[in-house]
Amino acid sequence: MDNIIQNMQGIPLNHYLIFCSIIFVIGVIGVLIRRNVIIIMMSIELMLNSVNLLLAAFSAYRGDAGGQVFVFFIMALAAAEVAVGLAIIIMVYRNTKSVDIDSLTKLRW
Amino acid sequence: MKDLIWLLPLIPLIGFVILGLLRKRLPKTLISIIGCGTILVSFLLSCGIFNQVYQLRSQGGDGVLLQQVFNWFTVGNLSIDIGFLVDPLSAVMLLIITGVGFLIHLYSVAYMSHDEGFGKYFSYLNLFIFFMLLLVLGSNYLVMFIGWEGVGLCSYLLIGFWFKKTSYAKAAKKAFVMNRIGDLGFLIAMFFILVNFGSLEYNTVFSQASALSSGDSTLLVITLLLFIAAIGKSAQIPLFTWLPDAMAGPTPVSALIHAATMVTAGIYMIARSNIMFTLSPVTMEIIAIIGVATALIAAFIAITQNDIKKVLAYSTVSQLGYMFLGLGVGAFTGAFFHVITHAFFKALLFLGAGSVIHGMSDEQDMRSMGGLKKYMPKTFITMLVGTIAIAGIPPLSGFFSKDEILAYAYQANPIFWVLGFIAALCTAFYMFRLLYLTFYGNFRGSQQQRDHLHESPWQMTIPLIVLALLAFFGGAINLPAALHGNHWLAEFLSPVFAQTNAVAAPFALSHATEYVLMAASSIGALVMAFIAYTKYVKKSAIPGTDDAASERTLYKLSYHKLYVDECYDALIVRPLDKLSTVFHQFIERSGIDALVDGIGGIFGSSGKGIRLLQSGYVGFYLFMMVLGVVAFMLYGLLTI
Repeated sequence: MDNIIQNMQGIPLNHYLIFCSIIFVIGVIGVLIRRNVIIIMMSIELMLNSVNLLLAAFSAYRGDAGGQVFVFFIMALAAAEVAVGLAIIIMVYRNTKSVDIDSLTKLRW
Repeated sequence: MKDLIWLLPLIPLIGFVILGLLRKRLPKTLISIIGCGTILVSFLLSCGIFNQVYQLRSQGGDGVLLQQVFNWFTVGNLSIDIGFLVDPLSAVMLLIITGVGFLIHLYSVAYMSHDEGFGKYFSYLNLFIFFMLLLVLGSNYLVMFIGWEGVGLCSYLLIGFWFKKTSYAKAAKKAFVMNRIGDLGFLIAMFFILVNFGSLEYNTVFSQASALSSGDSTLLVITLLLFIAAIGKSAQIPLFTWLPDAMAGPTPVSALIHAATMVTAGIYMIARSNIMFTLSPVTMEIIAIIGVATALIAAFIAITQNDIKKVLAYSTVSQLGYMFLGLGVGAFTGAFFHVITHAFFKALLFLGAGSVIHGMSDEQDMRSMGGLKKYMPKTFITMLVGTIAIAGIPPLSGFFSKDEILAYAYQANPIFWVLGFIAALCTAFYMFRLLYLTFYGNFRGSQQQRDHLHESPWQMTIPLIVLALLAFFGGAINLPAALHGNHWLAEFLSPVFAQTNAVAAPFALSHATEYVLMAASSIGALVMAFIAYTKYVKKSAIPGTDDAASERTLYKLSYHKLYVDECYDALIVRPLDKLSTVFHQFIERSGIDALVDGIGGIFGSSGKGIRLLQSGYVGFYLFMMVLGVVAFMLYGLLTI
């Protein structure tokens, strides 16, 4: 166990931090910029997974298992959210025949 | 009986509430029974209370019944109670208000039977009786003021009863506004009384006031203000123009309010406050001068009027002038006696006029009447009695009351007597003119009216007969000593005027002088009656057809009511109208409306602007969400 941890600490924590931040930002930009709702769902998944990675890294470096437990929670949540989200997308598609997010403008003044 | 005093005004109030709420749902008979029944019950109670006061007086007491109902409010050391005071003065007023009131209610049952506002009418009448009773029963100035204002309100409601006609509604408004001008005087007088005497209760105020010296400046101010209130309420110069216009209301209303009760409230109030007035000789002079001027001017106007009700209205103003003349020269009992007899014969005359109008299918112009005595004999006889009474021909009641006032006036200043005498001559002339034009000669109306002519039903003739009897024999209650009478009313009322009689100069005319004065006024009245007979019956002169006479200045002045209404219109009404237009334009529209609408507008336009944020683009919402999260994180970063 200590061996694994020591090997892990070969890569400094900062690298993990910056890496996950970049992936998170890529996810955010994807949500904001892309017009296809399925791509937006993928970007949201990307954001969630970047956070997962960071949590796992912190858990490894500090020897605290709590981080990995939280990762499980986030994965379960992500799965549920995708299920519901895809169901909504299918209903929207059936009504508007498009997966373009700019077509959903009815909720306006 | 003393503990039941509070029931007296309460019963008409209950009548008002019931009739007011259920007026459309009850049948006419039930409405008449409730309407007249409440007043009848009040009349019986008044008889009981009067009896008690009479017993007390016969035993030598003061005849005062005081009942404090409850304490209304106490602020600091000011404590106002709702209390009722019955003394000889108010006991007599109670009988008149409820008695004559009941007769008029009975009369109205027949007079207003075809009106769709039957229930509303009786509810207003009951409300009026309630307020009038409150006015005379009050034990302090504030309760009197409640009644004072209330009768003004009821006067407005009843004058404008047929409100769909604009001129009637305007007449009601005019009456109310003029009354209110007087009410301001009453209010300020109450403030002065409160500041100087510490209380509004009659007993307290009068006992403190009697200790002051004659000509005291506080009393002068108070009495002048109270007199202004009386001017407004009792239609003296300069606030008398509302009364002729008030003839727009139904005739029984004119009989009740503008002849028997409301307009006499001013005299009642001054009689009640007699000690304060006796100690202010300046005010008394002013009262006498205004009284005699009003009597003369109103009589002058009445001579040429062609509407039967307008003649009676100006006659009322003139007789009220007499009463104020009486008050001003110190004849408090005489003035009050005239109130009583005037209530009888003026109510009689108005009800008789109503009977004539009813028979003539709502025609009020005397030029279209004539020869009615064979069609309406009962009305004719009763109106004849009323005319003789008001002209002051003995032995009817009007003679005794008017002569008492004129005797005191002669003692105060012979000029007052002369002017009063001239007014009495005019009174006799125009009243007999009214009688002759209406009942004698040939019928001048249309064929349709002739077919409809009929004597009035019993509900209208019985009150006429009762009032005629009262007008005939009413003088007996105060026969003067010169005619071997016992002056019963003066004796009965003496505790009320005790403080005055202790201070004022007593009546000192010799019997010989009195006989001369009496003879002069009686003969004068008979002569004027004869002159009117010659002009209107012998020569059959119909007013309005004689062009030469109607062009003369005096006639025009009299016919156009001395142009007083036009004066007021030009001096007061039009400038106020212009002022209010200016206010409306600049302050109301450009100022207040702009401000309020502007505030609304700000919200509207800001809303329009902020609304654009809700564009419906999900991408935009997501972007805003991200910005928000970033802002939070920055905030967290910077404050930790």
